[in-house]
Amino acid sequence: MPVFESLSSRLQDTFDNLRGKGRLSEEDINVAMREVRMALLEADVNFKVVKTFVAACKERCMSAEVLESLTPAQNVVRVVLDELTTLLGSSESRLVLSNRIPNIIMLVGLQGSGKTTAAAKLAYLLKTQGRTPLLAACDVYRPAAADQLETLGGEIGVKVYRGDGKKPVEIAKEAVREAIDNLRDVVIIDTAGRLQIDEVMMQEAVDIKNAVKPDQILMVVDSMTGQDIVNVVQTFAERVDFDGVIMTKLDGDSRGGGALSVRSVTGKPIKFISTGEKPAAFEVFHPDRMARRILGMGDMVSIIEKAQAEVDEEQALAAERMLNQGMTFDDFLAQMKSIKKLGGVAGLLSALPGGDKIMKQAGGQLDDSIMTKTEAIIMSMTKEERQKPKVINGSRRARIARGAGVDVFEVNNLMKQFDQMNKMMGKMRSAMSDGNGKKKGRKSQRAAMRSMMGGMGGLQDMGDLQQMMREMMK
Amino acid sequence: MGWFQRLSEGLKNTRKKITGELNVLFEIGPKVGDEFWEDLESTLIMADIGAGATDQIVTRLRERSQREELTGVKEVEDALVDLMADAFAPNDNDPFEKNPSCVLFVGVNGAGKTTTVGKLASEAKSLGRKPIIGSADTFRAAAIEQLEVWGERANVEVIKRERGSDPASVCYDTLDAAEKLGSDLVLIDTAGRLHTSTDLMRELGKVVAVTRKRAQMPVHVVLVLDATTGQNGLNQAREFKDALGVDGVIITKLDGTAKGGIALAVSHDLNLPIFRVGVGETIDDLKKFEAHEFSRALIKGEEE
Repeated sequence: MPVFESLSSRLQDTFDNLRGKGRLSEEDINVAMREVRMALLEADVNFKVVKTFVAACKERCMSAEVLESLTPAQNVVRVVLDELTTLLGSSESRLVLSNRIPNIIMLVGLQGSGKTTAAAKLAYLLKTQGRTPLLAACDVYRPAAADQLETLGGEIGVKVYRGDGKKPVEIAKEAVREAIDNLRDVVIIDTAGRLQIDEVMMQEAVDIKNAVKPDQILMVVDSMTGQDIVNVVQTFAERVDFDGVIMTKLDGDSRGGGALSVRSVTGKPIKFISTGEKPAAFEVFHPDRMARRILGMGDMVSIIEKAQAEVDEEQALAAERMLNQGMTFDDFLAQMKSIKKLGGVAGLLSALPGGDKIMKQAGGQLDDSIMTKTEAIIMSMTKEERQKPKVINGSRRARIARGAGVDVFEVNNLMKQFDQMNKMMGKMRSAMSDGNGKKKGRKSQRAAMRSMMGGMGGLQDMGDLQQMMREMMK
Repeated sequence: MGWFQRLSEGLKNTRKKITGELNVLFEIGPKVGDEFWEDLESTLIMADIGAGATDQIVTRLRERSQREELTGVKEVEDALVDLMADAFAPNDNDPFEKNPSCVLFVGVNGAGKTTTVGKLASEAKSLGRKPIIGSADTFRAAAIEQLEVWGERANVEVIKRERGSDPASVCYDTLDAAEKLGSDLVLIDTAGRLHTSTDLMRELGKVVAVTRKRAQMPVHVVLVLDATTGQNGLNQAREFKDALGVDGVIITKLDGTAKGGIALAVSHDLNLPIFRVGVGETIDDLKKFEAHEFSRALIKGEEE
């Protein structure tokens, strides 16, 4: 049992205890607030920020409205969520480009925070918005930093200006000139990583700033940073000043407590979050979603958006066919692939309310290895077998098992599971028929199937999902 | 400058702050109340030491100061340093002192793996050893070029394949070359990856397995951890340890204002020794870790 539970499970436990109570006393609130405090600290929210935050929460929780309501625990949750959202910035803060051409965006940050990657991602985002960005490689210290930017630029089709052998200030200036000459409308300046206490390097950042007068400076912050984040962003704000923050590496399991600290200490908005290795893994920051995620209330909106993007019309048609004619193993394979696209079983679960808890209950065994195995089994079937699973007899099963490198019983289990799923399909078919036994219109049927294919609509509550998980674990 | 001074220099800000806060705390006098201990707890948490380790340290310090009737600031400070130092896992298996030895460097993106490999290769070379570098970060753009620059600087051979190739085969090649060249220290850089990425962790598992299988010398896995990392460092270390059997940790970037307390949490909670700490930008700023001196430098201002 890890000493440090995630913030969401800590708060969930606390509020599970409060939920049993009808009316809360001040002592109850204190207990909850102590838990909130510890959980936030473990999530790397800065100590001082935690103090202010908890004090504000407690004050609001002590109001009669909360204490005497019929559902005080839910009100406490709401108060904590509200405060958290407010602290994170109540509205989305999008990147706004000024009218100046070229628009200049400068990135700064510590070593290893992810500036170069963020620069390329930002360029890619701007490119998809119809801009023609130019990347400027001003990190002349780290070996091959310019090569890295150039490679990334090449991958996303964005030109990179590198002034090998020149000083960063010169490179920045020349990059702007280059942009003007070649009609590029945004220049993104990638700078070297620097420690906030390194006077010389901080002055260099100021010099670049003074030389090219960027329209905005974005600070790149690693979401896994600890308590020190406050010193870092404060010094950068004082010396270089910046307009917004890009939080990186949020695809990990850090709770992003640093986001709270940055926002509350500097008042600067968090503009983007970076969530993966691919150029497109770069999203606008949503304070409310972040707050919900931190509180373990699930980032449902993101998941649904993702599902909608992944499920296309073709799949919806396939779903309709499945409903009428039964599912084939090819459909099964396609289903698994779409789950994988959404971040795998674990990824999906962790974004759901209470998902962390289920994962814990399953003993952390909910990885995708079972899916890989299933995939191997299906891949070992012939085309005919996949389309008409009925033809799979004993000797075919033995052959499939050999091909997939599994035991025969594992193939048998899959067949059984597959049968059950087809039976469920049958039930669904009858459920979709109206009282007179007539089929509903194609349109509504298709819509229903699409939501099911998204992986969400068919799961009415956590019980269903747990049931499904259990089936999969068998 | 001795290493202690450098470390002290690197931790100056940390120390100033902690010492400042402790001095205030300790001046309260011998009859300290609950508030004192709560404040001490907070101070340690602010250093990223973490709630678990902090709890243990404070409880023990409390017991000890009562039992031994410690009243003076210095006495309590000394006791605190001892307790902190004791909380670190002992380092009796330093892979960089073994001969021959093969070390794989793993960690999340941006922790400082490539730079650490470069520095250690230079150091080994200057000590008259025969190091060789394997560039198994075949994913990140220009990671290979970055290592090549380090290799040129230190005059150390860098074994590589083109970007995108199988990292395990780079390890294989590196061990081949090491045998041919008679290298006694094999340093292999791997691509940074978040510990939550199942696929990438599995890939790394294969890299380690292939290396262990191929190597004729002892193989060690070292986790590189950024000192600015907060409590997530514990998750990182736990996942990497579970997946690969990590032998120990190198802490980088201790020259900032980061307290590096996560080093204590990781070492204590997961029983992982700290092999080296990076306290500056230059090659010889990567120092052997001394738990007692580290704790003292963190808590107190000066060398005794």
